[in-house]
Amino acid sequence: MNTLEILFYALSAFAVVSAIMVLVSKNPIHSVLWLILVFFAISGHYILLNAQFLAIVNIIVYAGAIMVLFLFVIMLMNVKSDNEPQKKLLVKFIGVLSGGSLLTLLIALVKQTVQLEGKQVLMKEGTIGLIHPLGKALFSDYVVPFEISSVLFLSAMVGAVIIGKK
Amino acid sequence: MPIQYYIFLCLTLFSIGVIGVLTRRNAIIVFMCIELMLNAVNLLLVAFSKMYHGAALQVSPASTAGIDAQIFVFFIMVVAAAEVSVGLAIIVMMFRNTHSVDINFLNRLKN
Repeated sequence: MNTLEILFYALSAFAVVSAIMVLVSKNPIHSVLWLILVFFAISGHYILLNAQFLAIVNIIVYAGAIMVLFLFVIMLMNVKSDNEPQKKLLVKFIGVLSGGSLLTLLIALVKQTVQLEGKQVLMKEGTIGLIHPLGKALFSDYVVPFEISSVLFLSAMVGAVIIGKK
Repeated sequence: MPIQYYIFLCLTLFSIGVIGVLTRRNAIIVFMCIELMLNAVNLLLVAFSKMYHGAALQVSPASTAGIDAQIFVFFIMVVAAAEVSVGLAIIVMMFRNTHSVDINFLNRLKN
């Protein structure tokens, strides 16, 4: 087993355990902190795949901006963990059962797929994840969607302000 | 690393997100689980892009095949940031009206 495989398994276990802890923890603030750990694990996966730009953007946008927004809203509302209403045990059991059956079904499907057999993911090589080719593609082929996304941000900002002022 | 391992990892993360949406009643936690599902999809897109890039490199060494998926992931992150700002504003408004973030209060469309 080489270093890449060890890193892959360690990061995967870290991501899955942290994702389960997001669901299990009673306190919403703990959930947010565990979710930040999930995002860091996913950023580690991006670095393993040599997608360095996405790794940095994932940390800055998700772990930095979005999760701070979540923390801010939770602390603004002062949601207590002890008076949070819980779903009934039967509903929880059915939820876990349906999620587990979805997972089993999809894994069985992937295991049967012939087209995916023997396909390898290129790790730690390849230059498409670096900032130079991505910037070139973003500002030549994808410049119209890039500009449209600024309109999307403007409308989201206006929407958030209008909803928040009501 | 075979592509199946990445698919299994992303499916696991996605299913954990689905279970969270189905079992929790706190609207913020439900929203966080949706973010988790988005991230699982992002990781899978990057893995697939590297798979196609590796296959294209064997044909021509200067190929940039697979870069579209990474641009797509970037745009997903952009849209997710906009979505979170509006969604959290909606949750704050809901908290101001009902003094709770329980999604079971939002069943007025039921009847």
